[in-house]
Parts: sequence; structure tokens; C-alpha cells
Amino acid sequence: MTAAAAAGPAAEPATLEARPDGAALRLSFRGTLDTAAVSRLWATTGRDAARAKSLILDLAGVTALDTSGAAFLLHLERQAAKTSWQGLTDARVQAVLDRTRQALAQPPPQPPPSLPFLGHIGQATVQTGRNMLGGVAFLGEVLVASLGILRRPWRLRLPELLRHLDEAGLRAFGLTALLGVLIGLILAFQSSIPMRQFGAEIFIPNLVGISLLRELGPLMAAVILSGRTGSAFAAELGTMTVNEEVDALRIMGIDPIAWLVLPRVLAALLVMPVLALLLDLAGLIGMAGVMTSLGFTPAAVVNQLQAAVKLKDLVGGLFKAAMFGLAIGLVGCRAGLSAGRGPRAVGDAATAAVVGGIVSIVLLDGICAVLFFRLGW
Amino acid sequence: MAAESVIRVEQLAARFDGRTIFEKVSFEVRRGEVFVILGGSGCGKSTLLKHMIGLYEPAEGGIEILGQRIETLEGAARQALLRRIGVMWQSGALFGSSTLAENIMVPLEEHTGLPPEARALVAQVKLGLVGLADAALRLPAEISGGMAKRAGIARAMALDPPILFLDEPSAGLDPITSAGLDALIRQLARDLGTTFVVVTHELQSILAIGDRCIMLDKEAKGMIAEGDPRQLRDTSDNPVVRAFFRREVLAP
Repeated sequence: MTAAAAAGPAAEPATLEARPDGAALRLSFRGTLDTAAVSRLWATTGRDAARAKSLILDLAGVTALDTSGAAFLLHLERQAAKTSWQGLTDARVQAVLDRTRQALAQPPPQPPPSLPFLGHIGQATVQTGRNMLGGVAFLGEVLVASLGILRRPWRLRLPELLRHLDEAGLRAFGLTALLGVLIGLILAFQSSIPMRQFGAEIFIPNLVGISLLRELGPLMAAVILSGRTGSAFAAELGTMTVNEEVDALRIMGIDPIAWLVLPRVLAALLVMPVLALLLDLAGLIGMAGVMTSLGFTPAAVVNQLQAAVKLKDLVGGLFKAAMFGLAIGLVGCRAGLSAGRGPRAVGDAATAAVVGGIVSIVLLDGICAVLFFRLGW
Repeated sequence: MAAESVIRVEQLAARFDGRTIFEKVSFEVRRGEVFVILGGSGCGKSTLLKHMIGLYEPAEGGIEILGQRIETLEGAARQALLRRIGVMWQSGALFGSSTLAENIMVPLEEHTGLPPEARALVAQVKLGLVGLADAALRLPAEISGGMAKRAGIARAMALDPPILFLDEPSAGLDPITSAGLDALIRQLARDLGTTFVVVTHELQSILAIGDRCIMLDKEAKGMIAEGDPRQLRDTSDNPVVRAFFRREVLAP
């Protein structure tokens, strides 16, 4: 016999003959009762068996049986009030049937009862409270570790800091410059349409310059940092958490906050003003390009900018950028270190880092707006 | 009369970037037996397994599974053959976001016309067969390494394939759990008539479950022994085989 024939099942598809036998329903199976056969027979035969008062399962013609076939037969047995078996002469068929019956002996576990609506609200409240407490504890740990580094600055891992400065900063320069030019260009074009109606196109540099330096430059740079770097922090630390590397650090007596978090947070803090400045400059270049196309000389654009934009606009924007960088670094690292278990944990941590990072920068922006207004900036 | 062969490996060679892992490997696996591929670390056991299940293309030679050359099959014919083999991966490779029962129902949903209640019942049977009936609703992250191996076997058996490939089933398990897994493999082979191809270097497991085996060697870049593992242990003249079975340090 060839190897193909040796495979057994699938050689002779099962057939079923159902006929009344006195008060009972006789189901006579023939051929190979396997998964494919069960797929064909399950629905109709199950209904017939459920209607029958008594069932006779005749397996005399069954040449092979797999566990799906056996599960089907045992399902039929459960459906009927009374079942008798006939033709069970093949030892192999009997063995599979016995093994499957044994496997089904233990009832399947029941899912835990679902919470009522109020229960869900309570659960979500407790979870949110725990997360907030965890966040506060994390901030405290970072503060303590930072003070420790201030006392002993040589403990800061400089190569690690430089690596993150490179990854979060230098490698983001191209993207940041491109987006900056495009934003400056779009802002200038969009504002030129209404301003032309009033002959006020010369004031486009005022509008774009102030918007970019005070608001859009830091905000867009922060979105870039959150998407690129915050998620990378969370994914890297999340993977380390899942692989128990963070626990290994703790057991070795090494503070993971000082070892892993501080270089990342410091890098994010330092790199953000640079990215924001780059985005500002690129945006102004984009705006200048549009102004030139509208017939204004570069000198006129520069003069207009000098008159409209103050140093405090730039400094205020860069200060905000540094705050955004700090928030993004903290949120990303916290998401990574609080990653759960399993393969979804890292993805969830990266998502939490991006969402949390963007929410926190918008909140911080709002706080800065109120603060600057009070300070008269 | 000896049982028919369900797998034939003929003059198989594996090469990556010009580096030969093994060559001239030929053997047969018979229906219903537990066949062990053994050897030291880095000898190409898992590479051989991946050739046998069609993941790697042979540099030379071929593999016949259930009468079909797996390396030449494409499309629907290849899918049909792959449905007739099951693989338990070394790491378990269970889908982490699904419960154990859902893991087993994935191939049933994709490859059968079974209604949901039938899929659930079949999944319950498979988990019951490997002693995990009470863990059906647990996620892979919530179970131990031994349970993950069992769940891996249950998922590999989802479509009742006549051949199961197990990659290092005992790796990383304690002796009691490992012995339990060995007993399970023997039970399933006996009760269900399934053919097992097991890749392992665990001596106890090889002797407990193996009907026949081949041994690969890194230095020889190929097979150095074939036969009943107990006989090889007791009678082999090959110094590498003797050292392997007797846990001896090989003289340089």
C-alpha cells in the first residue's frame, strides 16, 4: 500500500442512512467519519436526533473514526433521550470513541458572570484611580532618581543619553523640516486668500510667524516626537518588562528609573526645543517662499517678521516645547514600564504612549496659554 | 508486516548561504509510530523538521508526505496536504489574544464547515485529550510552560491530522511535567493511531516515547544512526552515538 493510502481518513467519505426502526431512529454510518464528514452531517442529523425519542447509532460500516467524528456521535447521544450503539466491532473505532468520551467527561469551564452596568462604572473608576496613583508614584520615583543624579551626575548613563538624543533628535530632523516647510507654506497660502480681500497680504508674515513660534511649532514638533519617540520608548520598555528584564534590573539592585527612564526623559526634554526651533525655521522658509511667489521681496518679509515677532514669542514657544518633551518622555516610559503580560501588552503600551502623549501636550498647552496670558507674554 | 511509510525523506540536503547544515539524509516514518529526530545542539534537527513541513525548500533531495512531494506542491494541493499535518512549535506559538479554546477553533473555523457549537465541542474534546479541559477559557499568558506545550498539541490536533510534528516538546519542562507529556504522546499514538515525528535531545523522552529514531551530527553534517533508540544506546559502535546516549564527554 502506498503512503497516501496509509493516511487512512479521507479515502472513503462517510455516508449516512437515517430510517425509522420501530419507535427509534436508526442512523447507519458508512465510510470514514472524520471532520469533513461531520461538517456535512452536523446540522441536519443533530436536528433529527433531537426529535427522536430513541436513537440507534449503527457503526458497522464505519471504516475509520477521528476525534471530531467521535465528538459528533457523542453529541448525537446527548441529544436523544435514549441511545443504543450497534456495530461497534472495530477496536480502533472503539478506542477513539472511548478516548473522546473520556476527554468530554469533565464539563467545560463556565465564563465568569458579567458585571452589571453599575459594576462596570465602579470597575472603571477603581482602575482609573489606580492608574492615577501609579502615575503619581512614577512621578515621585522619577523625581527621587533625578535628585540622585543631580547629587552624583556621573551615574547618568551618558552613552545611553547620546543614543536617545540621536534617535529622537537627529534622525527626526528630516521629517521635522519637511513638515515645517509644508505647514508654513499651507498657512501662508490659506491666509493669503482672505487677506488679499483687504490688501493685507504684507501681514502674512505676522500671522504665520506668531502662530508658528508661539503655538504651531512646539505643538507639531511634539506630535512628531510623540508618534516617533514616545511610542518607541513605550515599545522598548514594554518589551523589556514583558521579558522580565526590568525585574532583573531591580533584583540586581539597579534602579530601573535611573537606568532606563532618566536618559530617555532627559533626551526628550533636550531634543524638543531643537525640533521646535527647526520646525519654526522651516515653516518661516516655507512662508517666505509663498510671499516671494506673491511678489514680495525677501527683505520685506524679514522686515515684517522683525517688526511682528518678539524674542519672548520664540522663548515662550521653546519653553513650551521643553515641557512637551518632558511630558512625552514621562508618558512613554510610564506606559512601557506598566505594560501587562502577553503579546498585546507592547502594542497597548505604544498606543497608550501616543494617546497619552498627545492628550498631555494639549493639556499643557492650555495651562501654558493661561500662564502666559497672566504673565502678559 | 511492517506498517506503511507515511513520510519518505530522500537524499535531503539543507544549505544556507553556501553553508551545509546537513546532506544525504534519507529515512522513512511509518504509520502510527513515534519517530524521533535527535542530535546535539546545532546539528539541524529543527531545520530538518522545517523542511519536512514545507517551510524550507530543500537544496537537494525531496520529502514525500502521505504520498505527495511537499516541496513541489503549490496552491490548493499544498493547502490540502498542510491540513493533514499538525505542528506543535517549540514555543507553543499560541495566539496570545485568544483563549485556549479559541486557539483550537481557529483552524476549525478556517478549514471546516462545522457550526459554532460543533467547533466548541471539538475544541473541548481536544483540550480534554491533553488534560486541559478546565483551562479552555484561559489566555496563553495565564498558563504554565507545560500547559502551553499541551495546548500546542491540542491545537495541532484540531483537524485530526494523521501526522503530528512536535518541535522540542520537553524543552524547558521539569522532569515530572516532561514525563507527563511523554505519556500523553504515547497515549495519543496508541488510542488515535496518530503518527508522531518528534524533534528532541532529551534522553529520557527519546527512550520513553521513541519507536524509532535517526540521529543527526553537526560534524558529520548528516545522519549518523537510525533505528530503535534503546538498541542504539546499547549496541551502537559510533562514538558520538554512544557518548550521546551515555552522556559522556566526547574525546577530542
